[in-house]
Amino acid sequence: MAQFVDRRLNPRDKSLGNRQRFLRRIRSEVKRAVDKAVAERAIADVTKGGSVSIPSDGIDEPQFHLSRELGEREFVLPGNKEFVAGDTIDKPKGKAGGGGAGRDGSGSGRGEDPFSFALTEAEFLDILFEDLELPDLVKTSLKDSKAKEFRRAGYTNDGVTPNLAVLRTMRVSMGRRIALRRPSKSEIEALEQELETLRARPGAGVVERQRIVHLAREIERLKRRQRAIPFIDPIDVRYSRFTPVLVPRAKAVMFCLMDVSASMGEREKELAKRFFILLHLFLKRKYERVDIVFIRHTDEAAEVDEQEFFYGRETGGTVVSSALKEMLAIREARYPVGEWNVYCAQASDGDNSGSDSRECVALLTQTILPLVQYYAYIEIADEGSPLDGGGKELWRAYAGLKETTPGFAMARVAGRSDIYPVFRKLFAKQPNKGAVS
Amino acid sequence: MMIGSLEATHPLQPGGRLLFDGAEWDFQTVHRVYDAVEAIAREELGLDVYPNQIEIISAEQMLDAYSSVGMPLMYAHWSYGKHFARDEALYRKGYTALAYEIVINSNPCISYCMEENTMAMQTLVIAHAAFGHNHFFKNNYLFQQWTDAAGILDYLDFAKRYVASCEERYGVEAVERTLDAAHALMGQGIFRYPRARKLSLADYERLRRERLERDEQDYRDLWRTVPSAPPAREQDVADDDARERKRNLRLPEENLLYFLEKNSPKLRTWQRELLRIVRNVAQYFYPQRQTKVMNEGCATFVHYTIVNRLYDKGLISEGALLEILHSHANVVAQFDYNDPRFSGFNPYALGFAMMQDIKRICVEPTDEDRVWFPDIAGRQDWAAVLRDVWANYRDESFIRQFLSPRLIRQFRMFALSDSATDPKVHVEAIHDDEGYRTVRSKLADSYDVANNEPDIQVVGADTLGDRPLVLRHTLRNGVGLSDAGKEATLRHIRRLWGYEVRLEETTG
Repeated sequence: MAQFVDRRLNPRDKSLGNRQRFLRRIRSEVKRAVDKAVAERAIADVTKGGSVSIPSDGIDEPQFHLSRELGEREFVLPGNKEFVAGDTIDKPKGKAGGGGAGRDGSGSGRGEDPFSFALTEAEFLDILFEDLELPDLVKTSLKDSKAKEFRRAGYTNDGVTPNLAVLRTMRVSMGRRIALRRPSKSEIEALEQELETLRARPGAGVVERQRIVHLAREIERLKRRQRAIPFIDPIDVRYSRFTPVLVPRAKAVMFCLMDVSASMGEREKELAKRFFILLHLFLKRKYERVDIVFIRHTDEAAEVDEQEFFYGRETGGTVVSSALKEMLAIREARYPVGEWNVYCAQASDGDNSGSDSRECVALLTQTILPLVQYYAYIEIADEGSPLDGGGKELWRAYAGLKETTPGFAMARVAGRSDIYPVFRKLFAKQPNKGAVS
Repeated sequence: MMIGSLEATHPLQPGGRLLFDGAEWDFQTVHRVYDAVEAIAREELGLDVYPNQIEIISAEQMLDAYSSVGMPLMYAHWSYGKHFARDEALYRKGYTALAYEIVINSNPCISYCMEENTMAMQTLVIAHAAFGHNHFFKNNYLFQQWTDAAGILDYLDFAKRYVASCEERYGVEAVERTLDAAHALMGQGIFRYPRARKLSLADYERLRRERLERDEQDYRDLWRTVPSAPPAREQDVADDDARERKRNLRLPEENLLYFLEKNSPKLRTWQRELLRIVRNVAQYFYPQRQTKVMNEGCATFVHYTIVNRLYDKGLISEGALLEILHSHANVVAQFDYNDPRFSGFNPYALGFAMMQDIKRICVEPTDEDRVWFPDIAGRQDWAAVLRDVWANYRDESFIRQFLSPRLIRQFRMFALSDSATDPKVHVEAIHDDEGYRTVRSKLADSYDVANNEPDIQVVGADTLGDRPLVLRHTLRNGVGLSDAGKEATLRHIRRLWGYEVRLEETTG
């Protein structure tokens, strides 16, 4: 007697829970490995999951083991070709003996080798963007709060066929059938069977004949009753009921401004893009409804799509204020201030003409900063230049704003490895402000 | 050995009696093969098995099963996630292949077969797991004594839900800390000897009555005149109390998990239950650790015999037989000690060779065999002899009893002794007349679990006062504990006991 069971369609990932527990346990080590991966990888691969190595200290499972070095041991090995009893052999250097019969530990993660395993893309991003939040995401547009979501809410008597609740319908129908004593199929079949056998038997007596007549009538009666009481009556039918629920929703728009002028070399552009890729991923992942507007500028600005923004090749002079104006125009046209939280991130090498910089500051202080929740500026500095002091034209112009405006932040990056820390700094969760998501 | 069976080539029966042709498998074919295998297993080998449940799973599910110690369900713990991560990484990189099957000692006996297996491989797996291992699980005395095949899945289901409910109530981390500590003591959480059964009330009553009767019979009036002990002083009373408490702890105790579960002053009820779960799981696997060679040997012998019989009967094609023998040969490969691939004796190779050898001794014994194995040499009913062996031995006793000089020669075994103070390793015995018994007994010793595990017992404890716990490790041949993990394990014990824990070492 054997049972064959096909389990291939069973849910996979039975050990997902264990895996998450494991990841939680090694969070800090994995985080370090992820940070390193982000800094080292090529721009297109930044977010792909993949292999990480962590030291095996934190995930040891200690047990008592007998030492392999102490005391006296005896063991038997196969494959003797040269020795006879009484021979002596020099101990191999490094490891002692060679051990008895296959007692090579239990593979419980001992040893100094780093523990290496693969993260999925989702896990990778989870760890990457842990504890990050858009600051001051507060404005909740009342108009848009009419966004509906359908939630289950019991059963109803009418509805459309796709919502038919089969189990509930059958339950009700069965209750009705029992209550009305609808004869079951098997009941009738049993009687018919009996009738058949009685009829087939030759030379029936009076009792049998009476029984035959009685059975025929009974069957007739039951069948009538069965027809009269339907198996499923329209009154049995139930539908799953869904009610619309209004969910409040915060709407946000993120303006990404990038300088792609000739003064931005390949390195600078790459760093800026790297920053925006992180930002883009972060927003896509954390917020269902964040509009992202990509604006790139040389001496004139244009709204472009994601593909063009990250991978397009455009070059020219530098007028930073053109991007700010473009952004204002788009904001004006599409994102009324009453409903939208507005964020802005700007990346540039800081080269700009003095007069334009002054115009930028004026634009920012007078129009932009009052409108936006948060404005982040990163300057791509020359390789190896100190990050705390100095700064180019635009940086110096913006420096004053930093002091006076709370919703304004700026930072400088000089190399790949700076991007992620700066990004984290700009978007770190601020504990004192309750974020609405 | 394997070539021998190939020589007995039978012309294929006309009319296509073959059970299957080609590599693809489907459920009907697997059914047919199962029935054919079962006929041989029951009628020719006389195997007695639990009902079989054969489950077809994918590679991913096989990895899942790996990481939860091969059980279909297991409580949640991060270490299983770790093993999964490691196994998966190794598998994806192609360093390791997955097992063709996993079999669980349960009733019904569950075997997992991979969907990637060819039909020939499924045949091998069914013979190996569903009949070989299954018979061994059902009949070996260790499994009968220590495991409850019918209850294990229900118990694990309970354990899983219990751990989950604890996590909900007390937090994942608190549960994890307790389980971590318990896992560290898994090796010391086993009863190695069956304990005396608790007396039933009726037995207890009978014993009491017998004692009373004996007292009456032995009554001597003279004893009344002997002066009694002086009344106890206060200090003595306190000492007596301490002694009494100690007596109640029933020391020494080798099952540390059991001791902590029952006596730790600090643990809460749910933590005691977690300890109990961990030690029950450890106990369940204890027989498997003592019977690796026999278990795998039995399964390998069974599949080898059955597959050859299938071929003899003209039920499988030569191609299928060759495919099966190819993987069979891989499984039973034994590398020499100086081969880079060597990692100890291969339990499949040793077990299979010994069982084939027993069959040979039964059927065509040499003079040497008649001297060494007078009981079984020439007894034609080899299947009965093997069934008896499978039922009544464990690795250590099996090797001590049945390793023949012929096999010692074939494996070219030699016994070595190694002392920490000596820069050289000594060859004690090789495969010659003087050496057979030494080699055999030393090899048997190395399969004795008692030799491979530290002997650690609780020897002193007090549940009051400053509550010290004293563990004693009795050294065998001066082999101490390895430093790796020692302190960390002691820390885990401290966590479970809650107070000072001392480990002392004595030479036994």
